[in-house]
Amino acid sequence: MKYSAFSLVYETLRGHADWKPVWREPKPKAEYDVIIVGGGGHGLAAAYYLAKEHGLRNVAVLEKGWIGSGNAGRNTTIIRSNYLLPANIQFYEWSMKLWERLERDLNYNVMVSQRGIINLYHSDAQRDAFARRGNAMRLNGVDAELLDRKQVRAMLPFLDYDNARFPIHGGLLQRRGGTARHDAVVWGYARAADRRGVDIIQNCEVTGFVIRNGRIAGVETAGGTIRAGKVGLAVAGNTSRLAAMAGLRLPIESHVIQAFVTESIKPAIDCVLTFGAGHFYVSQSDKGGLVFGGDLDGYNTYAQRGNLPTVEDIIEGGVALWPGLGRLRLLRHWGGLIDMSMDGSPIIDRTPIDGLYLNGGWCYGGFKATPASGWCFAHMIARDVPHALNAPFRLDRFAAGTVIDEKGQGAQPNLH
Amino acid sequence: MRIVCPYCGERGNEEFSYLGDASLVRPDPAGANVTQAFANYVYMRDNPRGVHRELWYHVAGCHSWLVVTRDTMSHEITRVEFARDAASVRSLTGGGG
Repeated sequence: MKYSAFSLVYETLRGHADWKPVWREPKPKAEYDVIIVGGGGHGLAAAYYLAKEHGLRNVAVLEKGWIGSGNAGRNTTIIRSNYLLPANIQFYEWSMKLWERLERDLNYNVMVSQRGIINLYHSDAQRDAFARRGNAMRLNGVDAELLDRKQVRAMLPFLDYDNARFPIHGGLLQRRGGTARHDAVVWGYARAADRRGVDIIQNCEVTGFVIRNGRIAGVETAGGTIRAGKVGLAVAGNTSRLAAMAGLRLPIESHVIQAFVTESIKPAIDCVLTFGAGHFYVSQSDKGGLVFGGDLDGYNTYAQRGNLPTVEDIIEGGVALWPGLGRLRLLRHWGGLIDMSMDGSPIIDRTPIDGLYLNGGWCYGGFKATPASGWCFAHMIARDVPHALNAPFRLDRFAAGTVIDEKGQGAQPNLH
Repeated sequence: MRIVCPYCGERGNEEFSYLGDASLVRPDPAGANVTQAFANYVYMRDNPRGVHRELWYHVAGCHSWLVVTRDTMSHEITRVEFARDAASVRSLTGGGG
């Protein structure tokens, strides 16, 4: 069923009794042209673009739990393209352009809200660095505005501007940045992929790969072997484990990042805000809760939960920036597993095994990349060559010395 | 998560800073295939789900480097030793862990 104002009115008048399941629940076939491992946003987007842009219909997405049960449903829903390095600007700006037309493309309301994102600066040196980043963005056709203290104060009067240690001097604003509804992104891609014939197979964990003469031939699952011409991994958080099943060792550590939501309050903040003197960012959900987060816990882990010192550290940062936050109660908080790559940038590349493709290393920033990641991954899988947009995100860039180190902190995942 | 420092006793993990995998061994700069060996040493990780030997520095305590054996799934810590003791065992046995 195509969604429209008409279908909404029609179903409403019928008491919402006739809505159909949004995707099928097929049994896996014996063989697919392409199998995508991982039913998060990136995997589902890749399957959708394989079908839509490249005409491949014999495609399956295998998900060990239910779709969107990993990081796609655990992130803080921010979309932006305010990067400095050329590879990042171009890739994330393509993602932003896809976000801007995603609802029409998918015929699904993913609630893209271009409410703007402000990165605050707190010193002259930081202002200069932000001006440089803003200039780099504008040179690449991305919107950026450097705001002074007065302009920020007019938008966000409740912040602590005269904090003795970290006074707010201004901010870098990207008006086209904002948020999108993360679950709806998963469901929208799943529905659109399903409508183009992609099999979405849930509760189907991949336990190994079938590799013959250096070429992928299929995957092993709890339910048996499924043959495949090509296999793409989109399992960030667990990329090292899956890759190890294919004999690959990667420049990735798995870490946990925590996120938080407060009780609902009246509309308080109409943009995404980041603290420049500590690691803290916040936006307000449509339900009214303040959604916020900060640093990783900073040690290797596969547990989808964090520790209290990080909770305290993030909330201290938030209250330093916005003292009124201290009056709110925390409704819930959670953790998600992230692939921390060694330079803080993702990997979208072929692997030494023919027909096995890798999409991972998203660190703490995979959500905003969902459309471009899926789009580039699909292009690379279909044509067996990287698209120019993902060509810099090579697996061998570490040995080659062409790292993409946006934060300039080197090979230290727990610093990114 | 609490770490029992062999010198200071049991402390919260916020007193420590983390460096990562303790099994990595710096390659011999005069060895064969040294560029690849250093790339592997600096960038590549086993990243296991399960038992992991890792380096922690007691920055808000005795300033000891520690090798902590911890399960990355349960966060259970089964062993904490001074890094210099672990290193001397490694050099005596010639092993990589």
